[in-house]
Amino acid sequence: MTDTAETSEGIAITVDGQPVLARPGELLIDACERNGVYIPRFCHHPRMKPVGMCRMCLVEVDAGRGPALQPSCMLTCSPDMVVETESDVTTKAQDGVLEFLLINHPLDCPVCDKGGECPLQDQTMAYGPGESRFVEEKRHFEKPIPINHNVFLDRERCILCDRCTRFAKDVAGDPLIHFQGRGNDTEVNTFPDEPFASYFSGNTVQICPVGALTARPYRFKARPWDLEEVESTATIDSVGSRIVVQSSRNHVLRYLGVDSDAVNWGWLSDRERFSFEALDSDVRLTEPLAAGGDEHQVTSWGAALTTAADAIRAATPERIAAIGGARLTNEAQYAWAKLLKGVIGTDHVDAQLGDGLPGELVLSLPRATIDDACRPGGTIVLCGPDPKELLGSLYLRLRHALVEDGATLIELTPRSTGLSRHATHSLHPRPGELGALARAVVTGSDADVAGVAGDTIAAAHRTLTSGAPVTVILGRSSAAESAALAAEAADAFLGLDGVSFLPALTRGNVFGALDMGLGPGLLPGRQRLGTDMGPWPATPSQPGLDAAGILAAAADGGIDVLVLLGADPLRDFPDRDLAQRALSRIATIVAVDVLPTDSVAAAHVVLPAATTTEVPGTFTNLEGRLSALAQKVTPPGTARADWIIAAELAARLGEDLGVESLDDIWAELATVSPVHAGIDPAAAVGLEGTVVTGTLERTAAERLETPSVDAYALRLISTREMYDQGTALGACPSSAGLHRSPSVALNPVDFEKLGVAPGDVVAVTSARTVLRLPARSDAGVPRGCAALVSHLDLTDAYDLIDVTSPVTDVRVERIS
Amino acid sequence: MAEPTTEGYLAHAPGYVRNDGPKVVTSRFEHEDSYTLERSQATGGYQALRACLAKTPSEIHDEVREAVLLGRGGAGFPAGVKWGFCPEGVWPRYLVVNGDESEPGTYKDRLLMERDPHQLIEGSLITCYALGLSQCFLYVRGEMALAQERIASALNEAYDTGLVGRNILGTDFSVDVVLHWGAGAYIVGEETALIESLEGNRGMPRLKPPYFPAAIGLYGKPTIVNNVETLSNVPWIISNGADAYKKYGSESSPGTRMFAVSGHVQRPGVYEVEHGITTFRELVYGDNFCQGIREGHELKMFIPGGGSAPWFFPEHLDLPLEAGPVGAAGSMLGSGAIVIMDDTTDAVQACLRVVRFFARESCGKCTPCREGTTWEEQILRRIHEGHGRPGDIDMLLDIADNISPGPYPVAADESQGLESVPFPPKQTTICPLGPSSVAPIVSAIRRFRREFEEKIPPRTTIPVSAA
Repeated sequence: MTDTAETSEGIAITVDGQPVLARPGELLIDACERNGVYIPRFCHHPRMKPVGMCRMCLVEVDAGRGPALQPSCMLTCSPDMVVETESDVTTKAQDGVLEFLLINHPLDCPVCDKGGECPLQDQTMAYGPGESRFVEEKRHFEKPIPINHNVFLDRERCILCDRCTRFAKDVAGDPLIHFQGRGNDTEVNTFPDEPFASYFSGNTVQICPVGALTARPYRFKARPWDLEEVESTATIDSVGSRIVVQSSRNHVLRYLGVDSDAVNWGWLSDRERFSFEALDSDVRLTEPLAAGGDEHQVTSWGAALTTAADAIRAATPERIAAIGGARLTNEAQYAWAKLLKGVIGTDHVDAQLGDGLPGELVLSLPRATIDDACRPGGTIVLCGPDPKELLGSLYLRLRHALVEDGATLIELTPRSTGLSRHATHSLHPRPGELGALARAVVTGSDADVAGVAGDTIAAAHRTLTSGAPVTVILGRSSAAESAALAAEAADAFLGLDGVSFLPALTRGNVFGALDMGLGPGLLPGRQRLGTDMGPWPATPSQPGLDAAGILAAAADGGIDVLVLLGADPLRDFPDRDLAQRALSRIATIVAVDVLPTDSVAAAHVVLPAATTTEVPGTFTNLEGRLSALAQKVTPPGTARADWIIAAELAARLGEDLGVESLDDIWAELATVSPVHAGIDPAAAVGLEGTVVTGTLERTAAERLETPSVDAYALRLISTREMYDQGTALGACPSSAGLHRSPSVALNPVDFEKLGVAPGDVVAVTSARTVLRLPARSDAGVPRGCAALVSHLDLTDAYDLIDVTSPVTDVRVERIS
Repeated sequence: MAEPTTEGYLAHAPGYVRNDGPKVVTSRFEHEDSYTLERSQATGGYQALRACLAKTPSEIHDEVREAVLLGRGGAGFPAGVKWGFCPEGVWPRYLVVNGDESEPGTYKDRLLMERDPHQLIEGSLITCYALGLSQCFLYVRGEMALAQERIASALNEAYDTGLVGRNILGTDFSVDVVLHWGAGAYIVGEETALIESLEGNRGMPRLKPPYFPAAIGLYGKPTIVNNVETLSNVPWIISNGADAYKKYGSESSPGTRMFAVSGHVQRPGVYEVEHGITTFRELVYGDNFCQGIREGHELKMFIPGGGSAPWFFPEHLDLPLEAGPVGAAGSMLGSGAIVIMDDTTDAVQACLRVVRFFARESCGKCTPCREGTTWEEQILRRIHEGHGRPGDIDMLLDIADNISPGPYPVAADESQGLESVPFPPKQTTICPLGPSSVAPIVSAIRRFRREFEEKIPPRTTIPVSAA
């Protein structure tokens, strides 16, 4: 109660003679800024701990013992503080610091990328001296040196504010850049032979207050005053980080993170930050293509749409299927759901590619927000993919909660993750036994379960039931394990009071796709088949097949037309053999896509789509948060918005989709979707968007029988990493080639048993195929398992996996 | 020139001069093997610890508080009061012994560590007992190889005989002492930088507030940081009592104190003298001490408390060696390093030499010190080498003012009718290193401005040849 009273009254201080109310615990620099008094600063950053290094924010403060110069970024407001931000003493000190910062700073503003948006330049313009008293030689360093693949460091420009180094150490947990030398020779640098190999290095470029750090994709591309910008959302993964899209002459040149309290706090992973490069890729699909001989031929939209419509009209609904849709905006997803389910009448629709979780499961769980998961003192259960690899901005939030806010992490993952070092309990069940382990952890067990020691389980159980609120991050941690295991784990955790879930599907707008009904058995608005859809011509009567089912049916000749909405089953479906057999038997494949993929190459009709930054709309992130996607540039060639393609296709099928604008779509969505009914899409434009709430009724999952592993086999773990040979990354010059070389990771103990040594090339054999890979020792892989990272090469774990089995066993043998 | 005197020097303790007078911390120095446990115990070593363990910790604390044991590291804060600053209920707490003595001109702690490590260990143990601590860190300057070696072997002896470690002398009092070697940085003598270094980070100072070591110190826990000489006094105080201690020295500065005198005197060295009553004149000219300026020369100026201290001049010789009067006169006693400069000394060069030290030792953390000290050095070098420009002297003072704003502590100059500015200086920096670099500049320019001006070539006009 006292807290509230203090908050409502605030702490009375005096700033430049005016009374100001500061919040309890607020730093003076923030209190002043909030009340319209800007104190210049370089090292202070609102998302990092203050260090008081640059001394630019010195102000005269009288806290009862006479006025003294104090750094306002380190000073917490106390009652009756008297602050002078413009007194002679303050001004002299600030001018002095600015002069000190400038004496060794090169005057290369005209060729510096930061020029025009440079805090040092701005403050020099505003307060700085007109000329320099420094007649000596300035400090010299080798001009920009690469500190990793993308980031260049110009130490002459550096003012040693500790922002990048603090970020690397405190925020990202990758302390790979550091101060070196001392006094006037102090520099920021990497350690010998250790590049700044961080997934988050781009943030240092964004927060650098001078032009010392620049990133390759933007270097010398534009001047800040020539940029146009609009706020939008990053779509490369499902976190939905807020970004600013900046463009010049109709080309997107840069993404910057926007500080959204609820989501990304201004940070981005490098994959998000540099993903715009794919938009300008030379290989973008720009014209409709039709099959003709060995190669695709450019055709007209009319001809391409007619070919697709004819094929659809010729087939019966149950022989038509669609895979994909996570790339689309919410609005386009609704239009396609209406076309596929309401007009064509098929329910063989799946936005995922067999590497996620069933839509019904995701929509039926009580949903948590990122803030819920990161509650101070809360308990986080990670039962899904490695956030550091696949959900970068979420990883930074979780890391902060664990390191700074006293949250506790329990890992139930097949192998160690990027969060393992912050985990209180790391439990790595044998693949296939996640459900059993989850039940044991929830109910408490002293016995060994799934290869995890009983006392470890008991300790995790105590933490889990300690009374702290529990959030489960639920996803598919290994493509080699059935999704049903995650469903079993979810059922176990639902037994905990007040538990909520942060579903960790990773692909773009996959949560929008589920909300818009792009999954078997689903309709828009988190509803099951059978719900009345108002203006829709019809709805399917029977639940259809998921991606695995569609491909299996196709392999048996049961599918005539397959629509690929930005999906590449030949690369991304975890059972490539099945995908290959399926696609080769389908008469007409219609691919709506942005970049050429293996599956696009196999398509009969290719429709080029406009994508992020080229179309307006909304995005739904893993919390269910709607946020705006803004258009900044025009699509290349004749590429069209996905929803328009759906409407055109409907017209050629003789139906009017009934929507002519995004407003129409929202108006109709509000009538058919109870969860979207009260939501104004304009709310999505705000910094924090708006969270869509509402869940499906839950039916408990069936328990899976996992076959026992034979003595000679290892159980396969298949994960993904941030950088791989994926299509979108391959189209980004800054990210392509950053992936690791493929290998099979084994527990150190298993090497002797197998008679191989680390570095040996081994044969990894499943019933499907044989891979030849170097073996790598990794203590994070549990015994008896072989861990592979997919998408690092043309062939990988996905060629080994048989999706009809809950787990995949492989043999690892030395090649003699 | 006369042969340098060797009278009073001990061959096995180079730099130490055995003078007449009470001995509190250097009583064992006359023994060649003073650093061994055997000699230490034969001369009363660890008796104070034994006596302590029979008393309550608060009795020990009271005794030290009563003795008004002033900190010998530079700031001169009473140790007994400092010990009472830890917030209640926050554990664990640590004792850190600051053996990173590196102020230019000072070498007293080195002698204490080299000649009597057991006295220091005993003082640390008693402090731990008084404060209820069980973990002590001994931080020794990186360059002091012999001190490190002697402390290490002393610790081994003490551990082997049960004087340090678990259940000391059979009681339930246990203390672990960790010896840590610095990597060689002046700034690590600053207590928060020392703590950073001890934690394994770069030795860069933390900002006070909020990082007052007594509240948020080593590993974020309450930490008492005491100087080597301070703690070396503790066993004597416990053995002989606060009253006996206060019989030496002045009322406000009791006991004895070690002063390291260097420069142009007949007999430079470290002296243990009574605190507060001895004057600079006695120390510099007394037969018992330095025996005067080297023959044929006059005192020009002296640094009374290490490189960071503003300079004093002949008229200050009658000040007592006591923090209060020295501070009021515009300087400080600091860590007890007195540097004597005679009339052969070039004021500009001396100033450059001291400033260069601070520029080299700036840690680089905060802007005014990192950029300012080097800039000062560059300007001084320019002047000294005859390339000064008109206006350089005032610019130098203005740059100094941006590191240490407002009037800088400086001695009075009656010939110019200038009053003294009392210690300490203000600062725009995190720690006092940057402002320390201003001390020689302000002192030298105020008194010897002519020497500076004479080095700056007059501005000449380049003749324009008749066209």
